[in-house]
Amino acid sequence: MLKLVGVTKTLGGQPVLQGVDLIVPTGKLTTIIGRSGEGKSVLLKHMIGLFQPDSGQVWVDGVEISRLHGHALNEVRKRFAMLFQGAALFDSLTVFENVAFPLRERLRMKGAEVTIRVDEKLEQVGLAGMGHKFPAELSGGMRKRAGLARALVMQPEIILFDEPTTGLDPLMAKSIHDLITGMQRKFGFTAVMVSHQIPEIFGISDYVAMLKRGKIAAMAEPAEFQRTTDPEIREFISVGGTVPLHAASSGG
Amino acid sequence: MFADLTMTLFELVGRWARINVAEMGRMLIFVVASFAWLARPPLRGMQIIKQLHFIGYKSTFVVVLTAAFTGMVLALQGYYTLRKFGSEGLLGSAVALSMIRELGPVLAALMVTARAGSAITAEIGIMRITEQIDALDTMAVNPLQYLIAPKLVAGLIGVPLLVAIFDVVGIYGGHLVGVDLLGVNAGSYWNSIESAVEWKDVYGGILKSISFGLIVSWICCYKGFYTKMSAEGLGTATTEAVVLSSVLILIWDYFLTSLLL
Repeated sequence: MLKLVGVTKTLGGQPVLQGVDLIVPTGKLTTIIGRSGEGKSVLLKHMIGLFQPDSGQVWVDGVEISRLHGHALNEVRKRFAMLFQGAALFDSLTVFENVAFPLRERLRMKGAEVTIRVDEKLEQVGLAGMGHKFPAELSGGMRKRAGLARALVMQPEIILFDEPTTGLDPLMAKSIHDLITGMQRKFGFTAVMVSHQIPEIFGISDYVAMLKRGKIAAMAEPAEFQRTTDPEIREFISVGGTVPLHAASSGG
Repeated sequence: MFADLTMTLFELVGRWARINVAEMGRMLIFVVASFAWLARPPLRGMQIIKQLHFIGYKSTFVVVLTAAFTGMVLALQGYYTLRKFGSEGLLGSAVALSMIRELGPVLAALMVTARAGSAITAEIGIMRITEQIDALDTMAVNPLQYLIAPKLVAGLIGVPLLVAIFDVVGIYGGHLVGVDLLGVNAGSYWNSIESAVEWKDVYGGILKSISFGLIVSWICCYKGFYTKMSAEGLGTATTEAVVLSSVLILIWDYFLTSLLL
């Protein structure tokens, strides 16, 4: 189980997270929503140890990871995968090599075994036959699919999705959502997604949580979440979260 | 009023010192941690070869060009100076000693900084901005081991090899102008080199080139790795990497020369 307790973080002198308490249910898709600049991506990065909290704890199945370094942190990270906002594919490698990267680097896998695993994942995300292309030759949606294939190839227990549909047209966004939910149902991994796609996320998530003023203001199943009486949350979900809180800040 | 002003001045100096000491500490940890990761398996042989190709092989043309003209201009200047004393025969040793002791290591390292160093900073900086370095972390692959350590090793090996090429080409450049164009006797050109250049000159040149190789790859990797998350930040990081590497090469050259002489 993934659990955050009282996580605080200040970046550039500005408090971003101000005591986040969150329990992510295992094997479910939990979506975190919130206004731009609220620190959703920062929160996500705390879960995988890319950020260390100023105070508070991050627990992954009984292991407190926020003070781990080096080898010990890497051991925990082996259970994770993350799909970044811009997919974060390695530009110097082809799509095939990108997806094969964790297999070769972490499992020291070679030859035909790599090819079989990579081709299977590329086919699952709809990129069969595109392995030879470089990331720069792909459209935004295809890059996200390739990133998803790379995240899935190690069969992780937990996958973090940082705004997986940002910058995509509605049809492409829907197809990425369908892909994520389809894979989540098929493989049963724990998924945490940061998204602005309201109301679409209510149809695909098992749980929805809202980050407001550095804290989790509400978390519930989608139907219950939409019945909230909190006027601010009601307003946010009714306008689709398009009003920026801090116009100057970036990164969600 | 005066006390206030003095306090502000002290505060400013103190803040400046604190920031810079912290930065130097971070730089030291960066390079030590990178070498520590290098010692851990797996050995990144292919990565090191790729980086040697980029830092070393691809810099060969510009190094050869610079070396040839440096040797030629040294011979030209040296010839007319030595002729005043009737010592044209010493031209070979003047060119060779300047090349091997000073100009080879310094100019080759500066050319590597300009060609490969700036590209290293830009490449790593873009990887940072587009979250590729974070992606390595999330895949439990240490970026210092995968990305930085091979570049440091390539700098340590590549720059001395380029300096060796620089020295040889420079000496032949001097030969072209001194012997072929200005008519210095070829025998006395080579003979003066043989009698004047000692092992400690060559050894000093190698020592310099190894340390310059480390400076270039270290500074350029560091500036890229800690670039600010914007296009402007990347531009600043690249400029700082080139300027700092070049200045450090010249300063370190002075101290190393004073130790070696």
